[in-house]
Amino acid sequence: MASTGTLKVTTPSDREIAMTRVFDAPRHLVFEAYTRPELLKRWLGVHNGWSLAVCEIDLRVGGRYRYVWRGPDRAEMGMGGVYKEVVAPERIVSTEKFDQSWYPGEAVGTLVLAEQGGRTTLTLTVRYESREARDAVLRSPMEQGMAAGLDKLEEVLATMAREGR
Amino acid sequence: MQPIGYGQLSPDQLDATFMALADPTRRAIIARLATGEASVGELAEPFAMSQPAISKHLKVLERAGLVSRGRDAQRRPRRLEARPLAQATEWLERYRQFWEGQFQQLDALLAEMKTAEKKRGSTRR
Repeated sequence: MASTGTLKVTTPSDREIAMTRVFDAPRHLVFEAYTRPELLKRWLGVHNGWSLAVCEIDLRVGGRYRYVWRGPDRAEMGMGGVYKEVVAPERIVSTEKFDQSWYPGEAVGTLVLAEQGGRTTLTLTVRYESREARDAVLRSPMEQGMAAGLDKLEEVLATMAREGR
Repeated sequence: MQPIGYGQLSPDQLDATFMALADPTRRAIIARLATGEASVGELAEPFAMSQPAISKHLKVLERAGLVSRGRDAQRRPRRLEARPLAQATEWLERYRQFWEGQFQQLDALLAEMKTAEKKRGSTRR
């Protein structure tokens, strides 16, 4: 088993990004930290003055979730989707789409938690609608959407246009 | 935040790079070529694979611009082209760094949750 704290990012196919990381905690805790709004607000996207201001979760198949981050200068970034599979505390499959998306289409994320000896290996695989969408995400991850706010989105779009997308 | 090397390669080339890197044999070939150029026969040696099978992998790597052919007409040595590899790695690395930062916040939260759970357990007993 890998040691904790080493995130591995791979591209298993031309439409996917996969992340693997080990946490020094049993998986029911990792599952809670991923699915309880008051806990998600403590870590997800909390970065450079941004907070997860809205976090609504209806954790069941067909249920929706909605996240809105607020940042400096009243910038906002929202995303959400629908749960396709929910198997506590080991597996969640959900769709995801950003309100002002910098990549085309909807993505599907699969979260898998495997526990061994009190440690949890998290694998998150996100499958995008096209390789163009996947590459756009790799080129400018969520971080940039947040750091930039909406004005910068135009820059990203302009660069994509220059690239002939 | 300006991505480094942005726009130097076409999306198709970058995609070819990522696809080329998705295979373990091709990653091993790249690792071997990072130590110096080699002929197809030399590249096939460490693998339980025929030369044509290795040639197929090399073709994918060549199409992605990751590998080129040397001048020696007899040996036709292959060598590593560093630039597309560097750019693909750069993207993955920035993406990785962002999420590593996120997960370190999660580490801290999990440590707290573990302590809280232990406390609850011990007061109940």
